[in-house]
Amino acid sequence: MSAAAPPPLEIRGLTVAYGERPVLWDVTWAAPQGLTAIVGPNGAGKSTLIKAALGLIPALSGEARFFGRPLDEARMRVGYLPQRASVDWDFPATALDVVCMARYPRMNWWGRVPRRERDAAAAALAEVGLSDLAGRQIGRLSGGQQQRVFLARALAQDADLYLMDEPFAAVDAATEQAIVAVLRRIAASGRNVVAVHHDLSTVPDYFAHVLLLNGRAVAAGPVAEAFTPTNIAAAYGGRLNLLEHASVAPA
Amino acid sequence: MTLGYNTLVVLAGCALLGLAAGTVGAFALLRGRALLADAVGHAALPGVVLAALIVAAFGADPRALPPLLAGAAVAGIAGVLAVQALARTRRIREDAAIAIVLSSFYAAGVALLSYVQTLPAAAQAGLSKFILGQAAAMRAEDAFWAGAVAALALAACLLLFQRLRATCFDPDHARVLGLSTQRTDIALLGLIVTVTVAGLQAVGLILIVALLVLPAATARLLTFRLPRLLLISAATGALCGMAGAAASALDPDLPTGAAVVLAGAGCFSLALLLAPERGLLAAGLRRARRRLAAAEEHFLRAAWEAQEAAGAGPGTAGDRWTPIAALAAARGWREGRAWRLARWLAFRDLVALSERQVHLTPRGAAAARRAVRAHRAVEHHLLALGAADTAGADRLADLVEHGLSPEAASRLLPEPSTLPASPHALGGKA
Amino acid sequence: MSAVDFLRLDLPALLAAVLACGTAGLLGAFLVLRRESLLGDALSHAVLPGIIVGFALTGARAGLPMLIGALAAAMAATLLITLVRRAARIESGAATGAVFTTFFALGLVLMEVTGARSVDLDLDCVLFGQLETLVWLDATGWGSLLDPAALAGLPRQLHLLAGVAVAVGLLVTLLWRPLQILCFDPDYAAALGYPARRLELALNMAVAAAAVAAFEAVGSILVVAMLVCPAAALRLLTDDYRLQVLGSAAAGAAIGVAGYLLAGPLPAALGGTVALNAAGVIGTLGGVAVACAALLRALRRGTPRDAVAAPGA
Repeated sequence: MSAAAPPPLEIRGLTVAYGERPVLWDVTWAAPQGLTAIVGPNGAGKSTLIKAALGLIPALSGEARFFGRPLDEARMRVGYLPQRASVDWDFPATALDVVCMARYPRMNWWGRVPRRERDAAAAALAEVGLSDLAGRQIGRLSGGQQQRVFLARALAQDADLYLMDEPFAAVDAATEQAIVAVLRRIAASGRNVVAVHHDLSTVPDYFAHVLLLNGRAVAAGPVAEAFTPTNIAAAYGGRLNLLEHASVAPA
Repeated sequence: MTLGYNTLVVLAGCALLGLAAGTVGAFALLRGRALLADAVGHAALPGVVLAALIVAAFGADPRALPPLLAGAAVAGIAGVLAVQALARTRRIREDAAIAIVLSSFYAAGVALLSYVQTLPAAAQAGLSKFILGQAAAMRAEDAFWAGAVAALALAACLLLFQRLRATCFDPDHARVLGLSTQRTDIALLGLIVTVTVAGLQAVGLILIVALLVLPAATARLLTFRLPRLLLISAATGALCGMAGAAASALDPDLPTGAAVVLAGAGCFSLALLLAPERGLLAAGLRRARRRLAAAEEHFLRAAWEAQEAAGAGPGTAGDRWTPIAALAAARGWREGRAWRLARWLAFRDLVALSERQVHLTPRGAAAARRAVRAHRAVEHHLLALGAADTAGADRLADLVEHGLSPEAASRLLPEPSTLPASPHALGGKA
Repeated sequence: MSAVDFLRLDLPALLAAVLACGTAGLLGAFLVLRRESLLGDALSHAVLPGIIVGFALTGARAGLPMLIGALAAAMAATLLITLVRRAARIESGAATGAVFTTFFALGLVLMEVTGARSVDLDLDCVLFGQLETLVWLDATGWGSLLDPAALAGLPRQLHLLAGVAVAVGLLVTLLWRPLQILCFDPDYAAALGYPARRLELALNMAVAAAAVAAFEAVGSILVVAMLVCPAAALRLLTDDYRLQVLGSAAAGAAIGVAGYLLAGPLPAALGGTVALNAAGVIGTLGGVAVACAALLRALRRGTPRDAVAAPGA
């Protein structure tokens, strides 16, 4: 990558509030190439950062750019893995159906799913090791398998940047290893991941870069430099109690 | 309208009914069961029709209320059981189950009703009145029965008050205390069925659910405390019941249920608009006031900083007038907005106004100094923590400085009494 | 029964039953999949004041003004439900109940006040439907089916029903994939760039339109049965999305036909004298269908289930 290439994800002055309670404060941060973890305590606004970047929740101020462009121009290059359990697991859909949805923006709005797209979806499912279960209704998969289906759905988008919301939440060891292998393959092929992560102990093993977040960007950089005890303590320990009790004045 | 004995009894019966429905409805709403009354009400129709058929077959008077209410209760309970059975499949959620039961039971009632209408006997007399309610057609003994059932529900509600409160407010805590939430839930379902059945003739089975939901929702808007909530809900319910009966007495063609619901909707709308804390009006005013206060402080601070940037200060020899256009530029406002604010602040005697220029009055200067201190306190605090660069600190401080008390500002500043210098250059916004 | 009798008396009602119940079944699939069954209940009640106002303004039971009025009322009701839920912070079921009962009551009172009731739009139609009153007097034989002049004499409710059915069919076909994602995972649909909010609005408006069109045939309340029952029955029986959606429409249409035939023509053909309200029988069959589906599912589950892995395993 040339040094001039715009970062996969760049956030400028992002402030988000739920009602009057601010969650993110003027976050400015650029995700580097490769694998990046967003870590921070509960309520630090990690998921909010991803959702606001994708325009799923409104921001008070600030913007997110993907590869130097606004979201609408870069949508096909951005994949999203939402947090688990937000869907109806009884929904009439097989594992393959779910993965296929990632290819829908490339198809007509109606008609049969083209063979090519179905194959791409099947390949993504194979990548997470679930080829055998392609035809199974999603509610009949184990929790870890369900998570891998959604990972496959993100992969099937063939994106250059994947935003993942807690990909490792409540998964078994085998699934965790499968997900890690997928992450490494993504990085090896020159693509990028920004993942919300909750397990501090595995950050150095899984990720190259880190953003420590607690309402604001506490520290960011390569894991070796930014993931220091001082920074971690700053993110998890003393909160700015002033900010905690503040409320946002309507603009 | 002359208030005959019959009308008075009907009025009293409907008021009692509203009282009971308001009370039960409050608990049902808190427990998330309010819509079950819709299923119970609709499900009652086939019960009423079947009961009339059976009574007529025995040659008794099919208009006597008790057997009809018994039929309604049995069908209503069957409806609740059907909802629960469907919800247990887990494929069909409770809301879908309610929709299925209310519509198909009602349909069965409609089909039965069309059969009854082909019979020569008087079995059909007044059955369709149960659908939309007609309080005016109630006889004193009907009102007596309805009132008695409602009173029964009310009494049961008061007897079970502690259990209902524990279950509806904090089910987990209730379980820890060893109270069986399951049994309380069954009791609550029983109460819902009882009240619904009692209201069938007066309110009608289609709209009876509103008599449970609307008063309770009104009370929710007005208070957070349970006893008060029950009181308001019950009073609103009684009011709606009486309004319905009165409207029906004035115009017997008017479906009583509709009048009851519209009375309830009126109460609810009033509460929604005017409730002191949660009302839309109060919320709007609160927001407008906060917005204005923030804008005032920003204006005063800009006026202060304009002086400061010129090397002068209010009350010093170099004290001078500042063009409003300069303030607008410093804040990034449109000039019209700055001008309106200036006139408002002049009205409040915080600035003096002359030829599109402003000057802080002594009171204005004091307020401006407080605002500047708060702003800089937050800025310095954020910078000292390394939380932001100067531009970010300025932006953040704009958001949070309002409502920061002078004491809090003092705590954030190293030297409480002084006014620190701004960490960034003063003047126009980037 | 002669061909002419069938064409004159039974065909219009049968067609109306198929169109109304098929359309409602199709849309109901999306309501049930989105876990918003109560919205069907709410919208089918809430359109009443809009219908009455549309009727009162034009003074005739013309399809289009009533449809427009109903859509406006449905839109207002959905907005109000959201407002009430947010402002009063009560669960969405109760907010829905508060709003739609109010709208329905308003419709009843308007009916009384505007005199709509006495003229043409009577209460019985709202409460019980009047499938049996649809007749095609211009029919003279099978040839009439190809005769434009005779076809124009079909009851005007059928024109409206057919129009709405075609529109809904087109909507569902053209938006097949966006609707599927919207039902399954609205957030993901938005992340992919689909206009999720507008799709939701389109679905709700389609439900309202179907409710109006079906309103005259099966009545306000029985629309609910046709929206929810076929879809819920299929929900218990299949794990295939296409089957769920298309099957709901087919099941709705089938229940419509079966209900109409059971109510009158079939007993009459067998020499019976009892004629029941067709809409009532159709709605009852809807409930029976769900009950049968639930039983079937229970039976199937009695046999060894395919291995369901324990969560987290």
